[in-house]
Amino acid sequence: MSEIMIDIRNLVKKVFIGSPNELKILKNITMTIHKGEFVSIVGASGSGKTTLMNVIGALDRPTSGEYLLEGEAMQEKSDNDLSDIRNKKIGFVFQTFNLIPRNSALKNVELPMLYAGINRHQRMQRAKELLELVGMSERMYHLPNELSGGEKQRVAISRALSNDPAIVLADEPTGALDSVTGRVVMDLFHKVHETKGTTVVLITHNYELAEETERILTIKDGRIVDEKKNPHSSLAKSGVE
Amino acid sequence: MHLMENIVLALAALQANKMRAMLTMIGIVIGIASVIAIVSIGNSLTTSITETMESMGANKIMVSIRERGEEGRRGGPGMSGSEEEPEESDLLSDDDLETFMEHFSDKVETISLSYSVGSAKAQDGRLYANVNVTGANDGYATANNVELVSGRFIAEKDVKALKKVAVVSDRLVDNMFTAGTDPLGQEVKIYYDETIETYTIVGVYEYEASDFAPSSASEKDTTTSLYIPISLAKQDAETENYQSLTVITKTGVEVAFFSEELETYFDKIYERNTDWEAGVMNMESAIDNMTSMLNTVSIAVAVIAAISLLVGGIGVMNIMLVSVTERTREIGTRKALGARSSYIRAQFIVESVIICVFGGIIGIILGLLIGALGANLLGYPATASAAVIVISVSVTVLIGIFFGYYPANKAAKLDPIEALRYE
Repeated sequence: MSEIMIDIRNLVKKVFIGSPNELKILKNITMTIHKGEFVSIVGASGSGKTTLMNVIGALDRPTSGEYLLEGEAMQEKSDNDLSDIRNKKIGFVFQTFNLIPRNSALKNVELPMLYAGINRHQRMQRAKELLELVGMSERMYHLPNELSGGEKQRVAISRALSNDPAIVLADEPTGALDSVTGRVVMDLFHKVHETKGTTVVLITHNYELAEETERILTIKDGRIVDEKKNPHSSLAKSGVE
Repeated sequence: MHLMENIVLALAALQANKMRAMLTMIGIVIGIASVIAIVSIGNSLTTSITETMESMGANKIMVSIRERGEEGRRGGPGMSGSEEEPEESDLLSDDDLETFMEHFSDKVETISLSYSVGSAKAQDGRLYANVNVTGANDGYATANNVELVSGRFIAEKDVKALKKVAVVSDRLVDNMFTAGTDPLGQEVKIYYDETIETYTIVGVYEYEASDFAPSSASEKDTTTSLYIPISLAKQDAETENYQSLTVITKTGVEVAFFSEELETYFDKIYERNTDWEAGVMNMESAIDNMTSMLNTVSIAVAVIAAISLLVGGIGVMNIMLVSVTERTREIGTRKALGARSSYIRAQFIVESVIICVFGGIIGIILGLLIGALGANLLGYPATASAAVIVISVSVTVLIGIFFGYYPANKAAKLDPIEALRYE
């Protein structure tokens, strides 16, 4: 068995703690994700999948339980440490792209590297390479509002990869795209996964998309209710949405 | 994360909202511009006026007899608008002055008296010169900075003996005598309206064209003063006594203090006079008045500027809060991408400081222009103060930090999850 990337044990996440409407969103979640895996977390809206992603992505802390990322206990980290972890180890891809509107595609891809303290020259060099990888070299000086949805998401994927993260966390990456561009984006995730060996976690409510991944975790009412290996993962590449 | 990157980011953000940034700057621009303008104008005014007044002499005290209740009107009898003429007994007699001199012999160097006889013409055949005949005593030259080229000024003995002597300008000498002639001891005939008088020249002074009353007449026709003993001048006058005099203090006498002493002295003399009193004024108090007036104006402008800067600062804070709200999602994204809270805070503070500093720079330029224009209108050279410019820039930086901190901190403290969800 390969190295463990994410190790979550008895993770509980509550909100409105102490108030009458205290809510337990994640209930005793235990799961592991190995290095280089392409995993999907599937669940209906309200199932807790986004909260789980926030915890995995170091945007949020668990109320109790353990979360080890590459062996490091995340619940003990300071805010600045979490910022640095998000910066270096996690690559986010959002449903709504979240590109910085006034920055060109190139500048957007450079941004995480800027926060990592990488010098200007290297930033630009690497950002150009990454944009080339996703086929966006032609449009790297365009502003986000000059790009189509699919193009924006390709830029966002480049940005997620800029600091060579341990995990790419994609939250409904095709949710705002039509099936054709959605297909292009999904292919890109496969390409990144296969060529770079990056761990990819896909969060979605779409079982068809999940079918493309190597392993499917189903979340329901804050619990992992099903886990299955998918033997056909990289073959099933048809019909998005 | 370097400052330079933050500045680039901030400039880009401001460029995206040029109009808004401009409007936000206005308060700062007005505040800084008014300070710079008033300081420039005030500086040049103070310098010029102080120089002028000091050249007149700070060791002089003017005493003039004025109607009671006229304190407000500065200056001698010439400036008083009263139609009432003082009686002989209301004025200062020779005896009064003698008593005065004796009383203050340790503090008074001399006193200057003058009496204007009027304009006349010096003539000798075809040669002529326009003159203004002024009766003067020996102290007059000191009090009025009359620079003698040769000879002497009117002396006490001339006054006592009613000697027909005159002190003339070098202009008059040029006009009336052939080059090389020694004017001293020569006679000069003065044609008054009804009489002709002959005086012996005992001194020649250097004529200085006045800045304040530039003569349009040709050099030859320039009217210059011709001094004769005051006793002689007063012979035909209605009054024998004096309405005003200038006291020259000895060196080392505290002028302001001595002025008060003089006031007390003259108040006693005029104690029983119901209509007239003596007004005492010195250059120092005049300069003080001027300076304190300018200071008052400066304080008023400083207060206006401070209010303007405060309002401007609040405007900047307001716009920064709007900016933070507008960019909530962007802030969330930046945080998700690994920006520490301190980076976000720095980014917004830099943005706020840049707005303020831009406003400050525009304000400084505007202020210097207004200052130069104002000083020009007043006829003085504009004096810009480097210190004030440095202070202005520092103040704008501080305003930017102070009013930018709250919005920046608000941005820094945003919860990334909430911020990313913000629509």
